[in-house]
Amino acid sequence: MLDLISAANLDSTIRLATPLLLACLAGLYSERSGVFDIGLEGKILAAAFAGAAAGVYLGDAWLAVMAAIVVSVIFALIHGIACITFRGNQIVSGVAINFLAAGLTAVIGNAWFSMGGRTPPLPAEARFRGGDSVLTPFFDGIPGIGPWLNEVILDHTFFVYVAFAAVPFTWWVLYRTRFGLRMRAVGENPAAVDTAGISVTLLRFQAVACCGVLCGLSGATLSLALNSGFITNMSAGRGFIALAALIFAKWRPVQAMFACLLFAFLEASESRLQGRELPFVGEVPVQLIQALPYILVVVLLAGVIGKADAPKAGGVPYVKER
Amino acid sequence: MNKELPPWVDFGLLPILNLLTAFIVAGLVVLAIGENPLEAVGHILFGAFGYGEGVGYTLFYTTNFIFTGLAVAVAFHASQFNIGGEGQAYVGGLGVGLACLWLDSTLPWYGILPVAMLGGALFGAIWGAIPGYLFAKRGAHVVITTIMFNFISYSLMVYLIVNFLKVPGNASVQSRTFEQTAWLPKLTWLEGIFPGVSSSPANVSIVVAFLACLFVYILIWRTRFGYEVRTYGANPTAARYAGISTTRVVVTIMAISGGLAGLMALNPVMGEQNRIFLDIPQQAGFVGIAVALMGRSHPFWIVIAALLFGVLYQGGAELAFEMPNITRDMVVVIQGLVILFAGAMEFLFRPMIAPLFSVKEAASA
Repeated sequence: MLDLISAANLDSTIRLATPLLLACLAGLYSERSGVFDIGLEGKILAAAFAGAAAGVYLGDAWLAVMAAIVVSVIFALIHGIACITFRGNQIVSGVAINFLAAGLTAVIGNAWFSMGGRTPPLPAEARFRGGDSVLTPFFDGIPGIGPWLNEVILDHTFFVYVAFAAVPFTWWVLYRTRFGLRMRAVGENPAAVDTAGISVTLLRFQAVACCGVLCGLSGATLSLALNSGFITNMSAGRGFIALAALIFAKWRPVQAMFACLLFAFLEASESRLQGRELPFVGEVPVQLIQALPYILVVVLLAGVIGKADAPKAGGVPYVKER
Repeated sequence: MNKELPPWVDFGLLPILNLLTAFIVAGLVVLAIGENPLEAVGHILFGAFGYGEGVGYTLFYTTNFIFTGLAVAVAFHASQFNIGGEGQAYVGGLGVGLACLWLDSTLPWYGILPVAMLGGALFGAIWGAIPGYLFAKRGAHVVITTIMFNFISYSLMVYLIVNFLKVPGNASVQSRTFEQTAWLPKLTWLEGIFPGVSSSPANVSIVVAFLACLFVYILIWRTRFGYEVRTYGANPTAARYAGISTTRVVVTIMAISGGLAGLMALNPVMGEQNRIFLDIPQQAGFVGIAVALMGRSHPFWIVIAALLFGVLYQGGAELAFEMPNITRDMVVVIQGLVILFAGAMEFLFRPMIAPLFSVKEAASA
């Protein structure tokens, strides 16, 4: 049992939680403003590809991140134009985004690099790697748990710290700023916000753009930090796990972090739990662990462990009264 | 914006404009890659219709997409968005496969077929009805629960195949092959028109697909229940007020939707591979979304849309072979564009087109 809370396992939990958390917070901005987004998966994938492709061509990690963000925001704006401007069905649009991203990354990737949809491995200067920080010697000085803390908390890439810093930041934006208040209001009762003379369209577009930026970072994490380059369909359902985490957290940022950590912990522990007898429950099939995030969400939605109330105006295009 | 337009504009011109846009954008993608889109279309058409085996594969894919398109469409009529066709078809494959494994040495194929249909439809229906129930009783959005059920089905099926159905000592993750008595016959009677068609996996389940279309048409437009479904889809509040039970409509329609998706498994499980294998639906559940949107949830147009996607899937394989720069994933791009323009942006051209017709009407009035 102890190896589940070993430094190595917790280290990979935090690493795996990062793309989930960024995507989950991305969904939070969009959905809190009343725009459902099941296209998180597609945006992550598109961003991962854009980041890797830019990394290969430009050989610079920061330009690669910028490319990932730009492409993800473009996809987010397509979603915005379809569902905010043209009042299309948000679910249909999200499905379209997912297919477009899956198809385009594979087709363009193959046309550009002729490696069956992969990108070549990234040069070192286009990658993000964790390493020693100024705090490392200090942590090492702590007797006993020092090296453990070092591996779990320090030694991560840029994205990890951005993701975890984005949690309090999102909380602050959501609950302590004018923009956050309006965003929450527009997700619950857009007519009231409109009556107050604030543009529902603009607010929703802003929220969708925030979603794009965070999905861009999530995708960049996958291809620039967790891996070195792009592999076909490398998002592998993470956008949907993030969506599950968002519902599990009932659309709240701090809870979203814990949900993502929980789901990432399951993912990290998967190989360690395979074929092992656990106390009281016996051997747990690895497929059950893989399906657990989804099962937990269904159980939550079934109302067994509290009720998950979505933003009330979510999914409904706003039509101004005349 | 909400002015009445003549029906042929609303149901003919606008959808065609939207589809054209999708295909033009797809053509631009091909151009951007540096290939000739018209040449690509030529390869697709040749691959899909140029020779008997190609025709057979086109029909094989079309069969899958008719089932999954119908599945999405019936749910649309009750304003439910069933994204779970993929999972329902996968679990349906278990039902079909178990029937074949159970009966394959005792009955001929036409004796097994009804049991296999029942098994596939029943398993798929259960997988669809649970999200329907959760919506009706708990208000859980069907979109979310069906997505979750897709992922749960992947894990469940891997677990069942690895632990219970796999042939011991065989490395491949699949059940034993059914005895030949349980194999659905190929379309040999088409040999006269398309020589070589029976070397493709196309089989008699396409007949079941057409019967399913008829069933859906009668169910939605010719029965009392269909009327309730359409009423509920048009206005749930009004339907409840008129004494139509949400639970009954949504749970039943989701069960039917899941059942239709489950029937799809007949084609790959009993008609093609003749065993239970990993990833039975191979994305057909998702293609069903595009097919239903393009077919405007009507069985006739769904057959046309399914044929179009059948052509794209089979022709896409030919295309990838002839133009290695374009992979088969181009079909997924087209799928995305069709869903985007025929579905999400269906109102794209309405504001531009509407004045043309209202002016005319004003002049004639």
